[in-house]
Amino acid sequence: MSSPILELQHICKEFSGVKALSDVSLTVYPGSVHALVGENGAGKSTLIKILTGAYSKTSGTITFQGQEIEQMDPKLSKKLGIHCIYQELNVARYQTVAENVFLGTQPTTRFGLIDWKKMNRAAKEIFSSLQIDINPKQLVKDISIAQKQMVEIARAISQNAKILIMDEPTSSLSERETEVLLSLVEELKQKGVSILYVSHRMDEIFRVCDTVTVLRDGQHIKTLPMNEVKNVDTLVELMVNRKVTDYFNKVDAPLGEPILSVQNLAKSGVLKNISFELRRGEILGIAGLVGAGRTEIAQALFGLLKKDTGDIYIDHQKVEIKKPSDAIKLGIGFVTENRKETGLALKQSVRANITMSNLKKYVKYLLVNKQAEKKAAEEYKKKLNIKTATLEQPISTLSGGNQQKAILSRWIIQEPRILILDEPCRGVDVGAKAEIFAQISQLAQQGVGIIMISSEIPEIVGMSDRAIVMREGRIAGILEKPAITPDNILKLAFGGGVSA
Amino acid sequence: MLKDSASGLEVTQNRKQTGWKDTLYLIFDKGSTMVGLVLLFVVLSIVTTDFLTVDNLINVTRQATVLCIMAVGMTFIIITGGIDLSAGSQIAVSGVAVAGLITAGVPIPLAVLLTIILGGLIGLFIGAAVSTQKIPPFIVTLGMTTILSGLAFVYTQGNPIAVTDAAFRALGRGYLGPIPIPVMIMVVVVIIGHVLLTHTRFGRYVYTIGDNEEAARLCGINVTWVKTGVYAFGGAVMAIAGIILASRLSTGSPNSGTGSELDAIAAVVLGGTNLFGGEGKIVGTLMGVAIISILNNGLNLLDVSSYNQLMIKGLVILLAVWLNSIKARKKQSV
Repeated sequence: MSSPILELQHICKEFSGVKALSDVSLTVYPGSVHALVGENGAGKSTLIKILTGAYSKTSGTITFQGQEIEQMDPKLSKKLGIHCIYQELNVARYQTVAENVFLGTQPTTRFGLIDWKKMNRAAKEIFSSLQIDINPKQLVKDISIAQKQMVEIARAISQNAKILIMDEPTSSLSERETEVLLSLVEELKQKGVSILYVSHRMDEIFRVCDTVTVLRDGQHIKTLPMNEVKNVDTLVELMVNRKVTDYFNKVDAPLGEPILSVQNLAKSGVLKNISFELRRGEILGIAGLVGAGRTEIAQALFGLLKKDTGDIYIDHQKVEIKKPSDAIKLGIGFVTENRKETGLALKQSVRANITMSNLKKYVKYLLVNKQAEKKAAEEYKKKLNIKTATLEQPISTLSGGNQQKAILSRWIIQEPRILILDEPCRGVDVGAKAEIFAQISQLAQQGVGIIMISSEIPEIVGMSDRAIVMREGRIAGILEKPAITPDNILKLAFGGGVSA
Repeated sequence: MLKDSASGLEVTQNRKQTGWKDTLYLIFDKGSTMVGLVLLFVVLSIVTTDFLTVDNLINVTRQATVLCIMAVGMTFIIITGGIDLSAGSQIAVSGVAVAGLITAGVPIPLAVLLTIILGGLIGLFIGAAVSTQKIPPFIVTLGMTTILSGLAFVYTQGNPIAVTDAAFRALGRGYLGPIPIPVMIMVVVVIIGHVLLTHTRFGRYVYTIGDNEEAARLCGINVTWVKTGVYAFGGAVMAIAGIILASRLSTGSPNSGTGSELDAIAAVVLGGTNLFGGEGKIVGTLMGVAIISILNNGLNLLDVSSYNQLMIKGLVILLAVWLNSIKARKKQSV
């Protein structure tokens, strides 16, 4: 291989005496894809921030194309050609695609006005060189998340990016969009751009990456060429340093009576003819591509989406669910896919977030009995192993996994009969994931009917008693236990036949 | 079962940060309003001879009552992420209403009660417009300001209504032993506000809604009712403030209270309530009120002209909001 474009040696970063990174070294070669993996809190974000100049290193050396960089800062980082595509995209929604590509670097005419023709043409050129198809004149608010991401990548390319850092680039993409992104990564590699690929998704790492660096608790565990990594388990073991024996902890519970029955549910343009049953103690997986109508089923059951036609029965009784409080009264709980936007009250305490939907229970003589409330919160903190110094600190200070456990306890505390989980483990580290799945399994054993929506096929396979696969607003098929395989799920999701 | 080691790092990080430097930072961070208040108090005690006297301090408290009661209502509204710009004209309307009712021969207790109900209804209207029609509170209350102000002028034909009834005047001017009656009313309103906000479901929902309205709705909280209730409570509280002001001036005037909403908002923000909602305390608001009232009093004692007072007050408010936003940014970057 040629000489490295970027070398980090013995990088340490301390925050008021606490080591976030200790002795991390990383070498990136031109035109290669380097994976960076580790649990949440392993130090990936810190390392990225040191590269982009958002943080300054405590010690260690950064060498870029043979030149040692004393102290990185955001401007210098950009100038050297280090660009980062963050999970939260950075686009101006009411401007055109081309304007976004050249945000801050718009070409101008000699009168100082924006040269639209030149800008649109240049944007088009970049897109065609990357073999992506987006109209430069479209407003960014009208394009998909995947396309927005590509606009950001095009922006980096327009500024001669040499190193592109991608932070969980596929976390909100559908399978098809992921495919397009992965081929774009290949394309960028051909152009000689180096990519630092940060992802939780092992299959992608195996497909596109040349080298992998594993971080754990801020320490550099290992760097390996991908062809020396045997399988996913090898990587996961390096990440968590313990044998992952039973990742899902699913214990089969005896299935009881049907508790929920949905008949001919429809909503124009979104859901067509949805009928299914859920039994006590059952985990019903809902798989499918993003946009196939999975979340919409949950929303209809929780009174967030007004259905056109169709009936919902709970315990054989026909019910009308018009708003979330109706659903809650019927014993339905809903963990939404977007923790920060629709789940958490970030400034409130962990305790308040746990008891949020169940405050009624602790009211005595019109006043909230804080002791009783604290006791309940404390009980669930222990039960779900929520890692927090105190229950009174704002929930924003917790890691994603612990926030998710708090939301889960919010619903468990209600003793729901039906619990809907939409992407329960999105952005959650491996350890917390196992705990959350164990908890879900335990709920099922207690007789709760569970609907679990997930984009992660292994989660559906590992957890479901039955699995619905959605495609374009319809149920493409319902799989029973031995037939719940990645193959079958993908075939149904993409519109193929099922092999028994 | 697997144990979570990743987030363990964060926990230890939090624990380790409590050195003496951090304690100092915490005191300043959490108590910057307190620090400002104490500083102001000490400085005025030194540079003026009249400030630190029992009479003057009682006087300051008495003068703070209207602002304080308004600020309690405003705290609720701001914690939901809203604002009430019409608070000042609500003061005018309730002052005019109570004076008008008494002049028309309505017994005082009934006149007071009716005025408070009227205030509640005004708030209810604002709250309904905000929560059911999704009109930004800024716009709704801006519109209400002119409507209410116009209403007060139409009702009075522009002339203040004088009330000479001694019993009514006692509400704003009387003493019960050494304690001014308005101060006692203020204390009751403050206690009710504090208990409502921190010890009832309603209060807890106020925080949740201000923090994340969608999450609140998904938890089954009736967001429409809580928000409407907050403005209705605010309206009733503003009416109490208006009645006390009318009593103190012995007049219901369509001009009284104008601009006082800005003082109330300033007191709330000075007290550490987040202008974007979700955070705030009545105790903080009390400190904010104290700062503004003591500043007013001190500037008077120092013979600063009223024009200069305006500028100084404005600067203090800007400074406080600026410090607040620095604090918020610091919190975000941690």
